[in-house]
Amino acid sequence: MTVQDADFPEALTSLDREQQERAIHLLRTQLLKGVQAGLQGRAGADSAFVEDVVQTALLRILDRLHTFEGRSRFFTWAMSIALRVAFSELRRKHWGNVSLDVLKESGNEPAAFDGEEALRPDHLTQRRQASQLLHRLINEKLTEKRREVLVAELKGMPQDEVAVQLGMNRNAVYKTAHDARKVLKRSLMEAGFDLDELHATFSSNPTP
Amino acid sequence: MTLKEDEIRELIDLLGKTRDREIDCDACLEQVAEFAEQQLSGKEVPEALDAVQQHLDVCGECREEYRVLMDVLRSSGDETRN
Repeated sequence: MTVQDADFPEALTSLDREQQERAIHLLRTQLLKGVQAGLQGRAGADSAFVEDVVQTALLRILDRLHTFEGRSRFFTWAMSIALRVAFSELRRKHWGNVSLDVLKESGNEPAAFDGEEALRPDHLTQRRQASQLLHRLINEKLTEKRREVLVAELKGMPQDEVAVQLGMNRNAVYKTAHDARKVLKRSLMEAGFDLDELHATFSSNPTP
Repeated sequence: MTLKEDEIRELIDLLGKTRDREIDCDACLEQVAEFAEQQLSGKEVPEALDAVQQHLDVCGECREEYRVLMDVLRSSGDETRN
């Protein structure tokens, strides 16, 4: 016997134990299938991993059941939570051995630009000036924490991992990065720089 | 600390998409199911969900989760629809 999507919230909290267990079993089956498909081909996402994260996700879904407002299908809502759990765990697996300190120490010399020998001298100068400006603003305008979080994000470290290493949660990491972006954006505008022009400076085919 | 060229490019891109007020990852998760279904249906995304689109534009992790959610929904087809 199946459970219709709209009936899941009630079935999952049913006082009829048999009905509740059936709903949990069906939901678990759907989530396993979806997470398995969603993570297919990703390193570390073997069947044991998928089973574990789906189990964790199920508990979270049941815990948050009261927040489901019916603005989407229940399956979509549940799957979005399951994928959040799955990806958070997978990212931790991949990044758990990378320290923020390593990212902070990633070079102290100005980065060379790809194919800079092919760039016109004025374009190369513009790129170097823009790069120097951004680095200066990052160092001068951002607090240490905001700089740390922003640079970690730009260097690919997931927010979940940054959160663990800094003793924060993912939302706090996001807010810190957001604050950093706002400060930099405002600083650029106050210094008279246009983001579209900066974007064009770093485009692969700068306009002559 | 030095940013490479592609990191600088990404930073500029992010700054261009930055808004004074943005929702965080948890708030995005609360609304992404509705957002995903609106996108799948081809309907215009209501203004109330505009913040979700913006968050997905700037948050790589949420964007990755959203894309996979869309793939799962597309492939699940009639199996889970009422």
